[in-house]
Amino acid sequence: MKQVKLTVKSNKMLTPTTYRMRLEGDVSAITQPGQFINLKLDGHFLRRPISVCDVESSHVTIIYKALGQGTEEMTHLESGTVLDVLTGLGTGFDSSRSGDAPVLIGGGVGIPPLYLLAKHLIREKKKVTVILGYNSEDEIYYAGEFAALGCEVKIATADGSVGIKGFVTDAYKELKRTLNDYTYFYTCGPTAMLKAIYRDVYTRGGVDGEFSFEERMGCGYGACMGCSVLLKTGGYKRICKDGPVLRAEEIYW
Amino acid sequence: MVASKNIDVNKRLPDTRVDLCGITLDNPVIPASGCFGYGYEFAELYDINCLGSFSFKGTTLEPRFGNKTPRIAEAPAGVLNSVGLQNPGVSKVISHELPRLAEVFNKPVMANVSGFSIEEYVEVTRRLSESERADQIGWIEVNISCPNVHGGGMSFGTDADMAAEVVEATRKVTSKPLIIKLSPNVTDIAGIAKACEDAGADGVSLINTLMGMRIDKKTAMPILANTTGGLSGPAVFPVALRMVYQVYEAVKIPIVGMGGITTAEDVIEMMMAGATAVGVGAANLAEPYASKQIVEELPSVMAKYGIERLADIIGASHSHK
Repeated sequence: MKQVKLTVKSNKMLTPTTYRMRLEGDVSAITQPGQFINLKLDGHFLRRPISVCDVESSHVTIIYKALGQGTEEMTHLESGTVLDVLTGLGTGFDSSRSGDAPVLIGGGVGIPPLYLLAKHLIREKKKVTVILGYNSEDEIYYAGEFAALGCEVKIATADGSVGIKGFVTDAYKELKRTLNDYTYFYTCGPTAMLKAIYRDVYTRGGVDGEFSFEERMGCGYGACMGCSVLLKTGGYKRICKDGPVLRAEEIYW
Repeated sequence: MVASKNIDVNKRLPDTRVDLCGITLDNPVIPASGCFGYGYEFAELYDINCLGSFSFKGTTLEPRFGNKTPRIAEAPAGVLNSVGLQNPGVSKVISHELPRLAEVFNKPVMANVSGFSIEEYVEVTRRLSESERADQIGWIEVNISCPNVHGGGMSFGTDADMAAEVVEATRKVTSKPLIIKLSPNVTDIAGIAKACEDAGADGVSLINTLMGMRIDKKTAMPILANTTGGLSGPAVFPVALRMVYQVYEAVKIPIVGMGGITTAEDVIEMMMAGATAVGVGAANLAEPYASKQIVEELPSVMAKYGIERLADIIGASHSHK
């Protein structure tokens, strides 16, 4: 973890509720896809944990949804604003487990951390399939960016306006019929989606993988025990420090 | 301002040292229990030997996972938690946490003891005091004020007779200074502090968190899975200050004052209310370097108010009456 000052370089609306912010500064502590940063906002006691979408030499990109008061206020931050940020938090995805043909499954606001992971996997010459789930066409973002990396992209929308009508698990089942077996999966999204993937892909499908979780956090660096979860393998993990990514075998719903 | 009449010219000024129950602290800053783990999360960030001491995570007889999540909710100028005493249990604290702590902290630590019965408080206190790691422990802080556990915890801290019973029972099994952590969720905290003093406590620490709650307006459900939680952070500072002031009037034993302290200015104010040392809690969760920064700011803030020796201002606000 490193506490740094980052400068807002851009803060752009991607869909009516989803925004992308690029921040400039020392991002050297971000070493793994699936990690997050914790932003201090004026007038709020606790910081806002947001997953890292992409990182380059001196920039970090985050994509966030205006869900509550804090994230709503973030949408008004202008270029040039300097923020106090804790960087490189959490234990992210382990790309070394991917095998040759991993599938990345993201839903809604859970999609961003998969982007940096996809970038790593493509760089490692893996055949990457990405399944992205949205409610409807107007909520779609980043599908083109994944394709530009060289990923095979499939879209599912709940209302059927684009791609397969239904959930990411419906898209997965359809792909499974037409493509070779996947070697591993990585997923992030709403809890209901993660549970469906655990059932359909891990338990029934027999594919191993990793899940990234969201939890209300106090500190974001393992001190307050606010975000602990029990593990199937015994003991507990703190979502903020030992997670947010857990291996399928560890998860105790 | 109460100025010391016998300034020892051999001591470097400003002098931030205070005496807490016979143990000299380099400064009065003590990260509070539950906000500093067993120390080494923060030792990864800075040398925690800069602190006066710290109070480790509330420790029970058996390991506890605590309450269901969500167990954190934000509040205006603060945070609600309903962690519910997650800890590895006293045996593992002695076998794992204290040896690990010894690698990064060379001062006496405050051992926070929690429980659900008098027998449990006694057993945890006894084990910590008799263990091969006892030398690392400076004080036993008995938490009779956790608002997040049912059947125990705070119920001992809301009744003067029960509080006195816990003090008498734990007193018998430890020779360490015994500090009782009090709940603010009472009508007369000074009366409870007095009962603890009369029963043999060497000090009191206050305040634990104030009970509160938040509701998610989208679902009309309480945010915390436990429904209620304990409020801490700057929001509670004036309440904590008032209670330390009242307790100082009622007892002669030292007070560890805490509740919403985030700056060295707050430390000065809390000590003027009557605190000998101060706890820093929620500030550590919003600012990882908060406690270190408070320690570093103390000399300049002392200079600002013309304070040469921090110990001189303990209870200073009472001398004007």
